[in-house]
Amino acid sequence: MYEKPILQVKHLQKQFGEGCPHCFDKESVYLEKNYCTVCGTVHAVRDVSFDLYPGEVLGIVGESGSGKSTMLQGLYFDSSMTSGAVYINQSELTGQNVLSLSSQQKRYIRNYIYGMVYQNPVDGLKMKFSSIGNIAEKMIAAGNRNVSNIEKRSKELLENVHIPLRRMKEEPQYFSGGMQQRVQIAKALSNNPPILFLDEVTTGLDLSVQASVLDLIKQIQRELHISMVVVSHDLAVIRMLADRSIVMLNGEVIENGLTDQILEDPQHEYTQQLVYSLL
Amino acid sequence: MTIVELNGFGKAFTIHHLNKTIPAVNNIQFSMDAGEFIGIIGKSGSGKSTILKSIYRTYLPDAGEIIYQSKQLGRIDLAQATEREMIFLRKNEIGYVSQFLNVMPRTTCRELVQNALLEMGETRETARTEAENALTHFEMDPALWDSYPNTFSGGEKLRLNIAMATVKKPRLLLLDEPTASLDQHSKIKVREMIEKLKQQGTTLVGIFHDIEFMEGLCDKVFDMKTNQMSLAFEGVLHEG
Repeated sequence: MYEKPILQVKHLQKQFGEGCPHCFDKESVYLEKNYCTVCGTVHAVRDVSFDLYPGEVLGIVGESGSGKSTMLQGLYFDSSMTSGAVYINQSELTGQNVLSLSSQQKRYIRNYIYGMVYQNPVDGLKMKFSSIGNIAEKMIAAGNRNVSNIEKRSKELLENVHIPLRRMKEEPQYFSGGMQQRVQIAKALSNNPPILFLDEVTTGLDLSVQASVLDLIKQIQRELHISMVVVSHDLAVIRMLADRSIVMLNGEVIENGLTDQILEDPQHEYTQQLVYSLL
Repeated sequence: MTIVELNGFGKAFTIHHLNKTIPAVNNIQFSMDAGEFIGIIGKSGSGKSTILKSIYRTYLPDAGEIIYQSKQLGRIDLAQATEREMIFLRKNEIGYVSQFLNVMPRTTCRELVQNALLEMGETRETARTEAENALTHFEMDPALWDSYPNTFSGGEKLRLNIAMATVKKPRLLLLDEPTASLDQHSKIKVREMIEKLKQQGTTLVGIFHDIEFMEGLCDKVFDMKTNQMSLAFEGVLHEG
């Protein structure tokens, strides 16, 4: 079976600190979790590689501090990575490591190819713009100039995420956490991105809102065939959404496989502990 | 035509915190032809489910091969297949039913069956009709179609589970004690569905506790004894 990944991540590395001969030597390195005891460098993401295929949801699980969010921020160009390469299978970007592109080209990718939903809606929304304004802003950035089209599309998106249209002119700062999260999802979807990153989108939401956000994500995948990377520390969320998953610990990928296989036949010691802890 | 063949298949579980490896099954050898219904019997803990779950790759096989003759991918060793290949086969050819229902929260019974079809690429219209047919066949009360399965009875959950798997008309269906909590009437319904699938050419492997249920249905029955497998009987078992 031959398939071409839409996103290829190769040997991604992110360190906070200079590093030293001790922590660069792969053979003898001993880190306390991800911290080098000799020079104090934190190795947040260590040699992470994975492929994302068209239309699939890839789950990334791991405890807090395991490097999940740092990696996602790096992919979305929110922070720079120390080394590694990311390739996107889009004709205009063939063969180019997108991490080394100019900031203008990166902005193009963020506006046209990527969508991002942050754990904290404050990072993804302008809290003092109206909800419809937030969506419009993203669409304008992606080159839309026709106001009536923008309005029509924004309304559709808000309806999709179950935000009542009578509240579309309200600022998200007056919305509940779950509603803010849904406005963020609507915003991220506004330019039909082929790749969507979701960072702990259901964390902190009550069960009922969580269910509707999960349902929405699944619906998006089914109907729009968007490829997604879903980061979560909640195994139940990953089980519902992802066919394939990666387990991270101390910045490294320690296990990857089919999600049900990871949950029922975990191979790594840490993954076994994680699964034993499942409610 | 042989559709599934296990050669020297083995699986052991390494439990890190006990520093132990527990063998589940060992050197399993068996094959099944297209359209056959294979039954597996044996005590609990004898490794029956391990075999099924390894074919479905919920368990990672660690010895031997599981050769599957795929319609779309050709001859493939499921023990070595990539995750993407497994996802493709699960979506299009191989189904698995257990006694547990694990589904998206707040999704209605009808939507769940429909979604199974939509994921295969069926049109909305076909998905709707076929979902309704399946729910009718398994005598799901139409009043339940638009409600959420969390509050269903054990039997209702199971019938939904079976409906979700069989509506996709899988080429190979793995049944992991699907009738364990069903009443006699529901069991008959499952039996009818199995007979229908068999007529359509589906190959089935099933674990059932009651020999009665297998009567007249299984082409071969294997008995699991101490991590090994032996042919208990062959040929359709008849009453009396």
